[in-house]
Amino acid sequence: MSKPNPTDRYYSRDHEWLIYYSDGTALIGITDYAQEMLTDIVFVDLPEIGRKVVPHATVAVVESVKSVSDIFSPVTGEVIEVNQALEDTPELINQDAFGEGWIVSLRLSDPEELKMLLTAADYEEMIKEEK
Amino acid sequence: MELIFEISKPGRAAADIPASDVPTVNLENIIGSQYLREELELPEVAEIDLVRHYTNLSRRNFGVDLGFYPLGSCTMKYNPKINENTAALPGFTGLHPYAGAEFIQGNLQLMAEMQKYLSNIFGMAEFTLQPAAGAHGELTGVMMIKKYFEKKGQKRHMILIPDAAHGTNPASSALCGFEVRELKSNSEGGVDIEHLESLMTEDVAALMLTNPNTLGLFERNIEKVAAIVHGKGGLLYGDGANANAFLGKARPGDLGFDVIQLNLHKTFSTPHGGGGPGSGPVGVGQALVDFLPVPRVVKRDNQYAWSEDFPDSIGRVRAFYGNFSVIVKAYTYIRSLGAEGLKRATEMAVLNANYIKERLKTYFDLPYDRICMHECVFSGKKQVAESGVHTTDIAKCLIDYGYHPPTIYFPLIVPEAMMIEPTETESRETLDTFCDAMIAIAKEVRKNPEGVKNAPVTTPVSRLDEVLAARRPDVCWKES
Amino acid sequence: MDYCPHTSDDIAQMQSLIGISTLDELFADIPEQFRIKQIPDVPGALSEMETLSVLNGLAGKNNLTRLTLTGAGAYHHYIPAVVGHLIGRAEFYTAYTPYQAEISQGILQSIYEYQTMIARLTGTEIANASMYDGASAMAEAAVLCAKMSDRKKIIVARSVHPEYRKVLKTYSWANGYVVVESDYAPSGQIDMNELQRELDDQVAAVIIQSPNFFGVLEDVAPAAEVAHQKGAMLIAGFTDGTSLGVLKPAGASGADFVVGEGQSFGNPLNYGGPYLGIFAAREKFMRRIPGRLVGATVDKKGRRGFVLTLQTREQHIRREKATSNICSNEALCALAAGIYLAALGKNLKRLAELNIDKGQYLKNKLLELSGWKEVFSAPVYNEFVLRCPDARKVNEKLKQAGIIGGYDLQRDYPELENALLFCATEMISREDIDKVAAILR
Repeated sequence: MSKPNPTDRYYSRDHEWLIYYSDGTALIGITDYAQEMLTDIVFVDLPEIGRKVVPHATVAVVESVKSVSDIFSPVTGEVIEVNQALEDTPELINQDAFGEGWIVSLRLSDPEELKMLLTAADYEEMIKEEK
Repeated sequence: MELIFEISKPGRAAADIPASDVPTVNLENIIGSQYLREELELPEVAEIDLVRHYTNLSRRNFGVDLGFYPLGSCTMKYNPKINENTAALPGFTGLHPYAGAEFIQGNLQLMAEMQKYLSNIFGMAEFTLQPAAGAHGELTGVMMIKKYFEKKGQKRHMILIPDAAHGTNPASSALCGFEVRELKSNSEGGVDIEHLESLMTEDVAALMLTNPNTLGLFERNIEKVAAIVHGKGGLLYGDGANANAFLGKARPGDLGFDVIQLNLHKTFSTPHGGGGPGSGPVGVGQALVDFLPVPRVVKRDNQYAWSEDFPDSIGRVRAFYGNFSVIVKAYTYIRSLGAEGLKRATEMAVLNANYIKERLKTYFDLPYDRICMHECVFSGKKQVAESGVHTTDIAKCLIDYGYHPPTIYFPLIVPEAMMIEPTETESRETLDTFCDAMIAIAKEVRKNPEGVKNAPVTTPVSRLDEVLAARRPDVCWKES
Repeated sequence: MDYCPHTSDDIAQMQSLIGISTLDELFADIPEQFRIKQIPDVPGALSEMETLSVLNGLAGKNNLTRLTLTGAGAYHHYIPAVVGHLIGRAEFYTAYTPYQAEISQGILQSIYEYQTMIARLTGTEIANASMYDGASAMAEAAVLCAKMSDRKKIIVARSVHPEYRKVLKTYSWANGYVVVESDYAPSGQIDMNELQRELDDQVAAVIIQSPNFFGVLEDVAPAAEVAHQKGAMLIAGFTDGTSLGVLKPAGASGADFVVGEGQSFGNPLNYGGPYLGIFAAREKFMRRIPGRLVGATVDKKGRRGFVLTLQTREQHIRREKATSNICSNEALCALAAGIYLAALGKNLKRLAELNIDKGQYLKNKLLELSGWKEVFSAPVYNEFVLRCPDARKVNEKLKQAGIIGGYDLQRDYPELENALLFCATEMISREDIDKVAAILR
C-alpha cells in the first residue's frame, strides 16, 4: 500500500507532486504510488541548474534496474536547485517520495498554471481508476 | 570463486616470449620516455593456475552442449562440431585481410557462394556479409533505406515498428535519424491493418516487421501489409531473427520484403560464444542493390576480387569484410543440410514448438491460442494471480531442474511473458522432460510458492542483487 | 547431415498430440500462393566426410602465405596453446548472452576480469564487454560524443586507419553529423596547427590513433588539451594492441575514450573477423557508453557474483532513445583476449619490446636497399612507412616468393606515392627478414 498523498501540495496526471512557496518557487517530486510502480530506483539523471522547462517537458530521468522513466515538469519554469543527495542515494525516492526524495526546485513563470493541477483527492481518484 | 587478479603472484607467467634473434634496441633512445608506460598491471599466473581458473569458470556456465536451452528468439540450436573443424582449417584462419586476390580465391568463392545460397533461400536479389551481428545488419539495412530515399530525393522521416518488436528495431532506426512510430498489434497478435493504414503516409520510409513476429505467429495478412506499405512508396524491412520458422517454406522476397537481416548464430547454427560473435548478413531486393556496403565480391575473367566501385553504396559499416570464420561455419551448415535439410529443420522446429504449446497450455495462460511457428509465448499471469509467483521465479526454478530458462518478459505486449523456442535439434524425450518440469513447477507454485521464489538453490550463487549492482556500479576490480 | 533426432514414430505421435495429420498444416498461416516446395538452387545434403572435403577444397584454393609484412589493422601474433583450449570449452562457446546470471557466472566473471584488464591497459577507469571491431567501436564513440554534447562535427586525423574513417563517415552520415579530416605533419603525427584551426565550439570529438595507421606514435596529451579547451572530447584509438605492453596508454594522457582493435590479443587473423572492438572510457561516462557491462554484486547469502548491469543504457530497455543499437558483441573474442593477457602478464612488455626490435631490424635492412627512404620522423612501434623506387614492383617480387609485402599507401593517400607500410611482429625471424632483403636487393 502506498503512503497517503499529503494535502499540502498539487499533483499532476503524470504522478508528480508540487509544493508551491510564496517566493514563487516550487519543489517537485514523484508520488509514493509512482515510486512503487517504478520499483527500486537505482539512478536519477538530474537536470543542470538554469534549464528552462514547460509543462510535460522532461525535467529528470529516473531509472530502475529494468526501466527508464521520464519525469515531466508539471509547470513552466526554470530549474534553480536539484536534490544532490539523489546522486549517491537514489533510494531516497523509494524511502521518502514526498519528503527527502524531492527531485528539483523550479522558479515558476506562471503560477496560474497551478490551477490546471490536481488536488490530493483528485489524484487519488485518478489512481483508483488507473488500477 | 577468486578473481584472476586475486591468484596473481609477482614473477609468474603462463606464456613465455622467445629470445630476440635481432639486435635489441634501447627503448629510451628509439621511442623516448614520454611515450613509455610506467606500470603494467596484468595478472601474473602460472599456466596450471590459468587453466584451472578458466576451466572452473567454464563449469559455472551453461551452454547448449550441457542441456536444453529454449531461449525464445535466440534459436539456441545445437552447434555442429564439423563447423568448428572447417572454420579452423589453417587455409581459413591464417590469412591476412589484405592478402591480395591471388591468395584468397577460396575465401572469395566461399563468400560469393554463401551470398548466392542466402539469396536463394530468402528470395532476395543480393546479400552482403559485412555486418558483424544481427543488430549491425539492421543498422546496415536501415542505412540502405535512408540512402534509397536520399537518392530519390524524398524526405521521409518516419519508420513504423510494431509494439511487439525487438528493441534493436527502434534503436537502429533512431541511429539513422528516423522518428519511430509504434504500430499496434491486433487481437490475433498480428499487424493492426487499420492502424497501419492510418499511419502509413508518404512521410514513412519503412515498416520494420518481424515475421513470424515475436509471439511466434506468422503474419497472415502479409500480402495486404506489403501492399499498404508499397502503395505509399515505402519499403518493407524484415527482421530475420525468426528465420528458423520458414526455411524452405516461404521466402521473404516473395512475400514483399525489400530488405532482411539475418543472424547466422540463430538460424545457421553458429555458436554464440556467450554473447558473440554473431554475423548479420543483409539481403536486399533489386531496388536496394546499389546501396549495399562496400567492398563487394565480384567475379571477372573467372577470378574473384573485391570491388569498391559502387558509387551509391552506403560505404563501410566495419573494417575488412565481415565475421569471416562465422560465415565459414554457417556455409558448412548449409552445405551439410542441403536444401532439403534446411526445410526439414524448419518443419521440426515448428513441430517442436507446437508440441510444447499443446502440452503446456492447460497449465499456463496462452494469450494467442493458434498454431505457432518456431516458438510459443505463454503468460505467467495465472501464477501471479493465484500465488504471487512471477515469471522470473518460474524461470529460476527451471534452472534447478537443469534447464536454461526461456526468454522472459518479452515481448512486452504479453504480461509476465515466457517465450519458449525449442529448435529442431531437440528430441521428443527432451521436450517431454522439459514439459514435465514445467508442469511440476506449475503445481509447486500452488503448493509451495515461497520455495519457488527462493530458486535457484543448485547454483554456485543464488539470486544476485541487481539493485546494488546498478546503484553502486563496480565494473572494474580495484585492489582493496 | 541432419541434426534432428526425431524418428518417424516420434513425429507421428507428436502430430497426433497437436491434432494435425500432416506437417504442412503447421504452415497454414503462410498464404498459399507464397508457399514453396523446395529452396531453389541450393545443393543437396552432404555427409560429414563430404562436407569436410568440400571445405578443404575451398581452403586449399587459398594460397596460405608463409610470411606477411602487412599489419595495417590486423596483426599476426603467436597465440599460446592455452587460449584455444580454454575458449573451446563448450560451456563457454555454446552459451548465449548471460541473461540468467546464476548459470552464467563463468562468462560474467571472465568479462568482469576482461573489463578490468582493458581499463588498466588503456589507462582508463572502465571498459565495456566488447564491440564488433576497432572501426565500429571508434564510430560508436564518436556518435556518443555527438549525442552527449549536442554538437554535430567530428574531427578525425587523416592518419587514422582509412577503413575506420570510412566506417566513421557511414555512421556519421546516418546520424546527420559532419566529419572533418585533419592532416598529418611531416613527422607523421597529427598537424597540431591544422587541428587547432579546425577546432571550434561545434566539434563533439577529436579522433586520433596511437600508434596511428603509419605506425607512428602520436603525442596524445597536447591533442587532448586543445580538444578539451574547445569543449570537445578526445577519442584515442590504437593499431596493434600489443603496443600497450610498453606504450603509455592514451587514457593516462587525457583521452576521454580509448577504442581500438583487440584482435592482437589471442585472436587469429581469420581473414578479417571475428575481431574484438575494445571500448574504454572515463568513469563519468559509465551510464552513457554503448554495449554490455558486467558488474560485481552479492547474492542473498553475501557471496560475490556478477550480473549484466546498467542495462537501462541498452536498446532492449531504452529502445529508440538508446545511444547504440548493439546487442550481440564479440564475447568469445574478449574471452580469448582475457586469457591471452592473463597468460602473458608482465611478459606483454617483453613481447612489445621484441616487436620493436623486429620492426627496427626490418626497417634498417630495407633502408640498406638503394633508393629506400624513411617517410616520417616520429617514433614508431612495429610498423613504419618507407618510400621505395617502385612499390608495385617490390610487392610483386615478394608475392612471387609467397610473401605478402607492404601495404601500398597510395590507395588511400594519393600524395604518398611509392610509400609502403611495413609491419614486423615476433612471428618474423631474422632469417625471414634477411631473405626479404635479399629478394629485394
